[in-house]
Amino acid sequence: MVNVAEGGDVVAAVRDVSKIYSLGGHQVRALDGVSIDFRRGDYVAIMGSSGSGKSTLLNVLGCLDRPTKGQYILAGQDVAAMDDETLSRIRGRYLGFIFQSYNLIQQLSVVENIEVPLSYQYPPMPDGPERCRKLAELVGLAQRLGHRPTELSGGQQQRVAIARALVNNPHVILADEPTGNLDTATSHEIMDLLEALNRAGRTIVMVTHENDIAERARRIVRLRDGKIESISEVRR
Amino acid sequence: MKLFQQLRLGFRSLLLHKLRSALAVLGILIGVTAVIWLVALGEGVSWQAQQQIKDLGATSIIVRSIKPAEESSQNSGGGFRMGIAYGLLRDDYERIVTNIPTIQRAVPMREISREVRYREQAIDGQVIACTPEYFGMNRLSIARGRALSEIDMQTYDNVVVLAHEVAEKLFPIEDPLERSVQIGTEFYVVVGIAAERSAAAAIGGSLDARQYDRDVYIPLSTFRARIGDRVATMRAGSFQSETVELTQVTAVVDDMNQVDATADIIRSLLQRYHKQVDYAVVVPKELLEQAETLRAMFNVLLLLIAGISLLVGGIGIMNIMLATVTERTREIGIRRALGATKGEIVQQFLWETVVLSGTGGLLGVLAGFLCGPTVTAFRAGVQAFFPQVWATLPPNIRNIEPRIAPWSIIAAFAISVGVGIVFGIYPARRAANMDPIEALRHE
Repeated sequence: MVNVAEGGDVVAAVRDVSKIYSLGGHQVRALDGVSIDFRRGDYVAIMGSSGSGKSTLLNVLGCLDRPTKGQYILAGQDVAAMDDETLSRIRGRYLGFIFQSYNLIQQLSVVENIEVPLSYQYPPMPDGPERCRKLAELVGLAQRLGHRPTELSGGQQQRVAIARALVNNPHVILADEPTGNLDTATSHEIMDLLEALNRAGRTIVMVTHENDIAERARRIVRLRDGKIESISEVRR
Repeated sequence: MKLFQQLRLGFRSLLLHKLRSALAVLGILIGVTAVIWLVALGEGVSWQAQQQIKDLGATSIIVRSIKPAEESSQNSGGGFRMGIAYGLLRDDYERIVTNIPTIQRAVPMREISREVRYREQAIDGQVIACTPEYFGMNRLSIARGRALSEIDMQTYDNVVVLAHEVAEKLFPIEDPLERSVQIGTEFYVVVGIAAERSAAAAIGGSLDARQYDRDVYIPLSTFRARIGDRVATMRAGSFQSETVELTQVTAVVDDMNQVDATADIIRSLLQRYHKQVDYAVVVPKELLEQAETLRAMFNVLLLLIAGISLLVGGIGIMNIMLATVTERTREIGIRRALGATKGEIVQQFLWETVVLSGTGGLLGVLAGFLCGPTVTAFRAGVQAFFPQVWATLPPNIRNIEPRIAPWSIIAAFAISVGVGIVFGIYPARRAANMDPIEALRHE
């Protein structure tokens, strides 16, 4: 089984990670000894049927959940056993999130939504507002800085979310079904944007259940019953 | 996050639900206004009382004749009653003046009620027989004409000085000076009119404040010569006759520290010559101290009431923040995912409650300043629409002027912000302790 990609620096790695839930006396193994390395510039799609453990893996990778067993190395440190506050800081510093339902804050404008991660940076990032404007430009929303999320289409909202995921210059971008709520044409636009970001050097880990979306990544990891079923390189 | 950003964020989140936020603000506003108003009214009443007591003079000791209780009940057989003699004697006055060196001066006074009449105008007057010093001691100034003089005393002249209100009632059109008014059976020439004078504190056990508006002043010597010590009054079909030499002696000492000792000497002196306690020694300074204690107690009570209303406001805020937190579960999840610690979430929601309660506090302080105009308007309203009710109100209530206490403004505002923090902590902690994964999934 190929579980350590050859070459490049490893920015994130899970080693023999398990997540065990107790459900009414039964032990449910949502993840069972999973090990994957993510290199700088990697683009990994995680696939699997529901219950395969892909959401749990994404939560562990996003430092939103702690594994029961195993190591998670992010930016050179094992974050698997860190406390809540440290994990919050790590999320804010090293990770970018893109969600299926965009998850923008309704009362904030486009540029303010992009700014949100910056308000949790210590020390504060210099030239923050300038950075937000540039990112809005990058995702094609330079004309919509003052708009509210409700005034934007789904695709536009997801672009705001992508800009927000980039604002803290993260080591890894985690995308959870980023096109799940979008029509085909808009899905392709979003995937083009993610691909462009990856080509520019961003590391992206994406959960999806659609094959054609997964095909856009460099590698596909398939999970089944909490275990890695296969890891394959995408040929194009 | 910077303070300004936090406040701005708080305002904007609250503006999402304008009516709900406005109602929460209203709760605090009412509480803060209640604190300021109640304290202002309380301060107004006690200030009035203190002014009245101060008018009596902090360095003065008032000795007053009182009718002994047992004596009057023994004689209550009805019909014609033989005179009872009680009260201060001219000898007492002499003894006080000659024996006590700390007394700077002492002013005797005799007082009875008599009808005062000029042609068809008549009022129930209060005849004050006094010496010229009485005017200075009670800070009665003369608006027109002159005060009583030593010459009036020596010549036993039938002259009278009218209180401002008496002059107005008896002489609606004419000039009262040099006219003769009838007091009882005698005629007196009006030589002066006193300026208006507000009421002084109650003394001698009576609850009413000492009013000056029915007074007519005649020389003490004239009183003794024309009316005499023995005064008969018809009351409920039976005559009562009383022999009283002096109604009141007001003694003034040089220094406030001598007041208590001098009052004690007067008490023991009078005790020696009086078989029964038919006098009372009143020390305005003591009244002042009592009034201070009363005011402090009153303030505590008011703060308690106001505190309860702020508590209710705080519960309102908590209720609204709990609803807000539930509603914004998703936002909390997003912020947690994007790097916010639990502490930062607590801070964010605490700022929101502080903005709510602080806004309520500020508006409450502004509403607090409306206390004076509101009381004035209310008074005018009662006077205009319910004149009978107005007439029955005691003067303390009629003349009440609220005095806004600066400390009450600071306290009320500080308490309102404090209420925001205290009642905001629980909802904020609840927000912070949500599981971010669950929160992100929340619809």
